[in-house]
Amino acid sequence: MKTKVFVTLKPSVFDPQGKTIVDALRSMGYTAVQDVRQGKYFELDVEAGSTDEARSMVAEVAEKLLANPVIESYRVEVDDERSQESGVRRQETA
Amino acid sequence: MKFAIVEFPGSNCDHDAYYAAKHVLGQQAEFIWHKDTDLHGADVVVLPGGFSYGDYLRTGAIARFSPIMTRVREFADAGGPVIGICNGFQVLLEAGLLEGALLSNRRLKFLCQHVHVRVEQTDTPFTCGAAVGQVLKLPIAHGEGNYYAAPETVAAIEANRQVLFRYCAADGAVSDAANPNGSLAAIAGVCNAARNVVGLMPHPERACESVLGSADGRVVLESAVAALTV
Repeated sequence: MKTKVFVTLKPSVFDPQGKTIVDALRSMGYTAVQDVRQGKYFELDVEAGSTDEARSMVAEVAEKLLANPVIESYRVEVDDERSQESGVRRQETA
Repeated sequence: MKFAIVEFPGSNCDHDAYYAAKHVLGQQAEFIWHKDTDLHGADVVVLPGGFSYGDYLRTGAIARFSPIMTRVREFADAGGPVIGICNGFQVLLEAGLLEGALLSNRRLKFLCQHVHVRVEQTDTPFTCGAAVGQVLKLPIAHGEGNYYAAPETVAAIEANRQVLFRYCAADGAVSDAANPNGSLAAIAGVCNAARNVVGLMPHPERACESVLGSADGRVVLESAVAALTV
């Protein structure tokens, strides 16, 4: 089962890489870009009997390893094969 | 007494720590591979600097799950003195043995230079030989040394006197200009609530002989020897 984890710095944490990117974009003329926050994206292919099982396992993995809860938040997406065609994704956020 | 120097794949200050403990201080020292499950009767545990697991994911994030870390946690819980230097500090934070996190330096540059830190507290096994307010000239070499914790955590560790080292000028004055990496409250090193686990970004083990530019770091390791021989 295909799952995705998005890890981002909490809003209260300064992101020097995002700041550098937004400064570069401004200097390129993209003055409409107000802010950039850089994060991480993971694709996990897991064996699971249901989307709920996959979601709870991947959330656990995100909590323990992929994200550091002191500075980061994460969001889990599970692509349900049936709902994938209709573009529906189920999400879990922490 | 015996120092255990834990070696993770990518540690690169392990030999500096070994040299300082064995050849400068004249103590026993032993390397412990991260896959080992025994600390071999060590009295002090050192998590050295370097780039464990290539800094993949986050600094220290993978190393904290190494088999030896279970023993290190037990040793720390039993009151044994543990010091994490640079990457070792990052590992202790990821492991939750210390509070907070280390972010990229505020100007993103890898910093490799001598800095000054002020000793804030002396009731720990790694600062008991120093004086409060003593200024140490120590090298730093890191890209992620910008100490961060939630405001309530910073308030709590300040109230509990867990901040042991602060970046400062040569005269001991703390200022934004003397803060190399943007650390909150100029924090360079902290201890846990029980005060036996210490982490810091500067490298005392690389400043134990004047030929290296400073011998100020020696007091940190000598403190451990003094603390355990009393």
